[in-house]
Amino acid sequence: MSTFDNPFDPDRRLRAGGCSCGQHVSEAEHEHAASALRCEPAPSEDKRYEGVVASAVMRAMFPRDAARRAFLKSVGASTALAAISQFFPLQTATEVFAQGGAPEKKDLKVGFIPITCATPIIMAAPLGFYSKHGLNVEVVKTAGWAVIRDKTINKEYDAAHMLAPMPIAISLGLGANAIPFTVPAIENINGQGITLAMKHKDKRDPKDWKGMKFAIPFDYSMHNYLLRYYLAEHGLDPDTDVQLRSVPPPEMVANLRADNIDGFLAPDNICQRAIYDGVGFMHILSKEIWDGHPCCSFAASKEFITSSPNSFAALTRAIVDATAYASKAENRKQIAEAIAPANYINAPVTVLEQVLTGTYADGLGGVKTDAKRVDFDPFPWQSFAVWMLTQMKRWGQIKGDVDYKAVAEQVYLATDTGKVMKEMGLTPPTTSYKSFAVMGKTFDPAKPDDYLASFKIRKAS
Amino acid sequence: MTFSLRFRAAVVSIVLFAAFLGIWHLATRSTAATTTMTPEYAKLMGLTATQGKSAMPGPLDVGAKLWEHLKQPFYDKGPNDKGLGIQLGYSIGRVGLGYLLAVLVAIPLGFLIGMSPLISKALDPFIQVLKPISPLAWMPLALYTIKDSSISAIFVIFICSVWPMLLNTSFGVAAVRKEWINVARTLEVGTIRRAFTVILPAAAPTILTGMRISIGIAWLVIVAAEMLVGGTGIGYFVWNEWNNLSITNVIIAILLIGIVGMLLDQILARFTRMVTFPE
Repeated sequence: MSTFDNPFDPDRRLRAGGCSCGQHVSEAEHEHAASALRCEPAPSEDKRYEGVVASAVMRAMFPRDAARRAFLKSVGASTALAAISQFFPLQTATEVFAQGGAPEKKDLKVGFIPITCATPIIMAAPLGFYSKHGLNVEVVKTAGWAVIRDKTINKEYDAAHMLAPMPIAISLGLGANAIPFTVPAIENINGQGITLAMKHKDKRDPKDWKGMKFAIPFDYSMHNYLLRYYLAEHGLDPDTDVQLRSVPPPEMVANLRADNIDGFLAPDNICQRAIYDGVGFMHILSKEIWDGHPCCSFAASKEFITSSPNSFAALTRAIVDATAYASKAENRKQIAEAIAPANYINAPVTVLEQVLTGTYADGLGGVKTDAKRVDFDPFPWQSFAVWMLTQMKRWGQIKGDVDYKAVAEQVYLATDTGKVMKEMGLTPPTTSYKSFAVMGKTFDPAKPDDYLASFKIRKAS
Repeated sequence: MTFSLRFRAAVVSIVLFAAFLGIWHLATRSTAATTTMTPEYAKLMGLTATQGKSAMPGPLDVGAKLWEHLKQPFYDKGPNDKGLGIQLGYSIGRVGLGYLLAVLVAIPLGFLIGMSPLISKALDPFIQVLKPISPLAWMPLALYTIKDSSISAIFVIFICSVWPMLLNTSFGVAAVRKEWINVARTLEVGTIRRAFTVILPAAAPTILTGMRISIGIAWLVIVAAEMLVGGTGIGYFVWNEWNNLSITNVIIAILLIGIVGMLLDQILARFTRMVTFPE
């Protein structure tokens, strides 16, 4: 679609017209075509770089779209490519584009939590994405979200895998000292689910869930906000009608087995693990609550960015590159194998494969297929941050007024990521605010307060 | 026919162990498959779900896995996957370092407290308040101020192993028989010389008892500390395997933690016997 498209396609639009990705005539049609804008990978990385350089040359040669189209239509793409290669060193230009400035610091440490959300961060090590960008990155498995926060603040890690709302919370000083943190890339979209204990297999209507106990991994997580949202949409007050507990993911499965909790909204490979072990079943995927929702993020402190801008850029390039690779369905099996060993996620390959390929056992005897069960799209939409801020306010984590836009733009580095994506031959969206629907309710990032006020169930503040 | 007590005890031990393994094996035996599944679905499920295999591993599973680990204890497959030997090495290293620091602080300070009633009374309230603090309560504070997780773990070992040594040293020093000190005084032995030639040998058994308690505590603490900070060490190994819900590996780690703890304790016990003397 928009990101890895072919510069020799005569029908390709160079300037964004009707919708944010430039692919569709209107925003409505765009939303219809895909509820989330995502990066579709090019045939290979080399091709991608070549694509962006060639695209730049084409643009320079034919500043007017109409002329370019006419040219391409008359001579054909391959002739055009050959013609351009003759008088412009595409190969050399491509290499220059791919490299960027020399990194100030080559040996970097990146922390991660062993869940499939961290796929791009992890796979970039065994599959060589870091080394391709001139970095020697050690990915370090970390025991929990609070530890990852502390180790990143302590500068033991140069960058880390965090839950998407965490950098916002840290920047605002919620549950930690206020330290400016940034999100140059979203790790994954979708990729979670509500898993219930086997004994509830006939209780599929959330209205019957009053009094149940649910686990979530962290307070400042999409898991928390999505589960609360889902419960509230079904008329349950998550603060009074059910019990929500913050539980580390592996303990969720053990607690489910021990009949200590009734279910959880957890990051994946944990949901699938519960099914694999026969202790739970998949009630719904988080995708069914909000298709294309962000889950985890790749985060770095502002200090790292200012002190080592080239390292940061190279790191972001590596992550964006890995994310693009992971978004391709045909690579998913290879990725599952690469990240399954004890050094990385440390989980059975079957479990990871089911999560990543989207062909999975649902725990009730059926095999389901959903290729977008987990997906990867690096662009840090600032409207995601605004939505998270509305939920932080909704559930009383933030009190008082919030300058949604200012916080979102400070933390979610859409402009920088856009720049990196452009350099790499990906086409970033032209706006960093997109509207989306959560359980059928449209969110307008320009009116967060109206959105917040529209909820009946919320914590009185 | 009578056997020595030692032999009979060994027989009882072996019988108990065999009975334990037998019960364990029976309790975790696979039961017949309870549900029927399509082969396509069964392929996606684990053994627990398809074959009704108990989630708890049996002794045979643990034995096989243990053998696998023991075959290559020192492999290194990257920052998050190292052999058990290396993990234990990291833990022992951290414990050794923290413990050594504690010895360096606790024994001189304990001596001072034991010899001087004034300092003893003055420091007493601090010791009483600091002593009962749980090791892991120090962890967030250490991480926050030291800003280095490995040093934080060593600090936690230090802070937890220092108290028993300090108290035992001061108690041992204060309890040295007055006659001996008086004899030394009569012979006009200086304070320093008196401390080394009279008090130290007399208090040594008590001091070593304190050190023995401390090494036990240090080994208890390291596992919890490493589970929290992660990275390397046997505690991290437990956490990593728990994360994978691999109870087999957790049991192996528990076994090894017990054995290493016993060895550490035995080393100190030997030292204690060396310095003990009949009065």
